[in-house]
Formats: sequence, structure tokens, C-alpha cells
Amino acid sequence: MNAASQNTLPRAATAEPDLDVEAIRRDFPILHQQVNGHPLAYLDNAASSQRPQSVIDAVRYYEEHDHANVHRGVHTLSQRATDAYEGARDKIRAFINAESSQEIVYVRGTTEAINLVAQSFGRSRLQPGDEIVISTMEHHSNIVPWQLLAEQTGARLKVIPINQRGELELDAVDGLLSDRTRLLSVVYISNALGTINPVKALIDKAHARGIPVMLDAAQAAPHTRIDVQALDCDFLAMSGHKMYGPTGIGILYGKRSLLESMPPYQGGGEMILAVNFERSVYNELPYKFEAGTPNISGAIGLGAAVDYLEGIGLERISRYEHSLLNYATAKLEAMAELKIIGTARDKASVISFTVDGVHPHDLGTIVDSEGIAIRTGHHCAMPVMEFFGLPATARASFAFYNTRAEIDALASALQTALGVLR
Amino acid sequence: MDLRELYQDIIVDHNRSPRNFRVPEHYDRMADGFNPLCGDKLHVYLSVDDHRITDISFQGSGCAISVASASLMTEAVKGLGEAEARALFGEVHKALTGDEHAVDLDKLGKLAAISGVRAFPSRVKCASLCWHTLAAALDAQDAAVSTE
Repeated sequence: MNAASQNTLPRAATAEPDLDVEAIRRDFPILHQQVNGHPLAYLDNAASSQRPQSVIDAVRYYEEHDHANVHRGVHTLSQRATDAYEGARDKIRAFINAESSQEIVYVRGTTEAINLVAQSFGRSRLQPGDEIVISTMEHHSNIVPWQLLAEQTGARLKVIPINQRGELELDAVDGLLSDRTRLLSVVYISNALGTINPVKALIDKAHARGIPVMLDAAQAAPHTRIDVQALDCDFLAMSGHKMYGPTGIGILYGKRSLLESMPPYQGGGEMILAVNFERSVYNELPYKFEAGTPNISGAIGLGAAVDYLEGIGLERISRYEHSLLNYATAKLEAMAELKIIGTARDKASVISFTVDGVHPHDLGTIVDSEGIAIRTGHHCAMPVMEFFGLPATARASFAFYNTRAEIDALASALQTALGVLR
Repeated sequence: MDLRELYQDIIVDHNRSPRNFRVPEHYDRMADGFNPLCGDKLHVYLSVDDHRITDISFQGSGCAISVASASLMTEAVKGLGEAEARALFGEVHKALTGDEHAVDLDKLGKLAAISGVRAFPSRVKCASLCWHTLAAALDAQDAAVSTE
């Protein structure tokens, strides 16, 4: 399943001896194409990453050989589908070092995971005047579910400010946590700025006051080793498609004691043990939160993506991506017209930037004409844009299959943009 | 894909030096245009006398296509009757999205420059935002109506 990643990586002489990027690129069929007459440089990984052949194959094998509904039938295909689906859950448990696979809930993605916690954990226990603490650098998916919850319960939202580098103002945290705080929900790595937040310190601060903590790990999962027991986070959310797996599948991790205390999020099949018209008996974890037939092939694909990431190793991935970040930062900073937005001391391989006199959308179109895919816009983080007084930025985000040559191509295309519009 | 089809000299010029780019002291109608996907914001101000647009100006921020399109629009519709302005919107809309053979480029004059957007479907909204905002301003009963 993950042949490319086991022990076949030749130690070829590359700029990064630790990781043979050419061998890795061969695992990603989509990368080998021309876009607008140029080799594709896919630098929009923070929006969605590409799938290695092993993920594509795992999904296809399942569709061609094993598909049936899970946990339902006594027949052979249903058993195979269930084994593959639950096998993927066990891989994901190991990937984030959860204590039990019962703490791994399949969801559609990070957005649904946060909505689940807001509506199940939050709605069942929040009282008027209670508080949820988030931060200025949250993705809309870690803002709006809490606003909905606040409207429903009379709770209030408190926001940790950020500084000009795009780092959390940690000094403000103690003043924002109170005896009314029921949850701290923060992003681990910012999609708009690349900031890696000191989540362990935040968790310790919150736990000292008995406040549970949720982490939005959508960007962190593909970039850094996550150990939910070492972090001691109470909830953690991630998305398959940002970690080289399929879309429409994601994970909510929750501590067993919390998940057990929470009411179901949705009702239906799978999440019950018995139903009659007086009452229903809910299923055990994690099925209590998995109403309806799930995204079986997505879960299997995500399991294959985890295998692929483990085959390379998150530590090597982090080192290589950090070297790309440093290279790209130096390259882009050399352009006098360019300004990097988000200069945290601890950053993942995401660079948001603006160019004097060229609107981000024009940049996006112009670099696309040279085969380079970057994101432009507000990155679903309007409060971040407002903080920096910008309507939008351009953003390049790098994966371990990106190269220094692609960063050079980006820099060259940005010069083209200056030539066209100034 | 030819960038010069999109970023023609006239577009670059109108982006760099947008015409009628101001908030007037007096106006009869206005409307706000907002594209929440990209953050483009436009305000269009009209002076209308006997169903004729006697003055038009705009303010806001956006990409080169959106600013140039708005600038070209103000030049094109100043002095037109309301119905003529709406008819011109129809022609522009066809030029941006419709069958290119059905478009009469002569009717468009300088506005023909923005028809290069046709090859860039993700940018059509940038070019049409100002026209939708103008239509809303023409429909507006008072100065406070917004398109969103």
C-alpha cells in the first residue's frame, strides 16, 4: 500500500539529503502535467493537498473489491468493508497516539468536527453568560460554530488578540480565561499566516483552571507530529484532504470521558443499539457520533494517507518543509515590492504576502498563466485580514513534494506580474 | 492563455489611474457592491436628471479588472439615459459571458477591452461587479440601498 515510502527511498544527492523529493514526486501522479504550457507548480497545499498513488489505489481497490455497508451484514463483503474501515481508524489512532480507537470519530472534516463539539458538548452544558475563548487567527470554521452556539445558549465569545507578527498575545490569555470559560478552542497552525501556536502552553494554562481545550489541527496534521496524550488536548479536529487523503472525511478526536458524557450530534442508523417509540439506546463510542452510512472509501483513503505519511516520517517532512519555508522566505523577501504577512518566529510552510501595486487576484491569475497554483483571497480568515487592514493576500503553501525550483518559478512569475501591471 | 488579452494596455491604464474615482459632494442615488469571495468593494454614485445620468463616480478597492471595469463603465454611461445604460449592461454581460460572435464590439467601444475576461471564467465577476452595482443604484429609491 505504501511501497514508495517503506525503505525504497534512495539517498540521491539532492539539495536536501534527508528526503529524496524526486522519488516522492513520482508517487503523486497529478504533479506531472503542464498547466498553461508550463510544468505545474502546486503551491496551494494549505487549501487542499494532492493524493499519492497509494491513496488512489486504496480507494480504488476498495471500490472494485470490497464495497458494502459497514457493521451491517453477515456477508463477506460487509465484513471486508468493516475490517478496512475499522483498520483505518486504528491507523489514525496510532498516528495521533490516542489511547483508544473509540476516541476517533469519523466526520466530514474539521468543520464538522468543530460543529459536533459546539452542538453536542457546548449546547448540552452552556448557560447564559458562559464563555468560549478563541483567537483572532481562527479559520471561519472555528468562529461561526461558536457564534451559532452563543446565539442558541446566550454564551459569549472571547477572542485572544494577535500581534503584528501574527502571533498570539499570550499575555492576554490569562485575562481572558475566567470561571465562566467553558472551552478554549484554538488553531494549532494558522492557515492564513503559517503561525505555529504554542498549544501545549495554552492547554496547560486552561487546564490549570479546569477548562477543556479543542485544537483545530487541519494544517498541523500534515506538517508536524501530533501526540494527543502528550499535548493532553481534550478535542482535536483534522481533515483528510489536507493530509494527502480524500475530501469529505475527517477526524474528531475526543477524550473518552468527554465523548461519553456528550449527547449524540445527529440521530439515525448506526448510532443506536435499540429503537422503539418511547426511547432509543445509543450505541457505544465512537458510533454514537456516526449516524448514517459513513464515508467508507474516504476513511480507507485516509488510512492509506496516514500510512504514506508514516512511511516518510513526520519529522523528516517537518525538516524538509521548514527548509523550503526558509528558502522561499529569503527568495520572496528579496523582492522590494513584496511584503510577507505573518512573520511569526515559529512558522509552518505557509507564506501569505502582498505585492505593492498588484492586487492578489491579479497575482493569482498571472502566476497561473505560468503554471503556478497559489491561493488568493481572505483564506476564510476575515478577522486576520481585518487585523492587517487588507482585503486579501496571496498565499503560497508548500508540501514535501515541492521543490526549490518551483519556488524559483514563483519568484519569476511574480516579476512577470510586476511587469504586466506596473 | 494570453495574459495580454486580459491585461490590455487600456485595462492597466484605468487600473493605475481610475477615472471618476471619487465620492461626490452631491448625488441622487448610490449602491454598494461587494464580492464576499474576494473582498472587492465598490460604491457607485449617480446624479440623475430626468432619467438621464448626468454624473457618475465610484470608490472602493479591488483587483485591476474590477477597478478598470468600473472606471471604463463610468466613462461609458455618463450622459446616457437610464434605459440606454441598462441596455449597455446587457451588451457588456453578453461580452463577458455569452457567445462571442453575438457581441457587437462597435456598440461597446472602449468597453470591448474587458471582453478578454471571457477566457478567465474565475475573473468574470470582477468585471461585472460594477455593472451590477450600477443597476442596483439605478433601481435605488434612496441613497442607502445596497446590493447585498
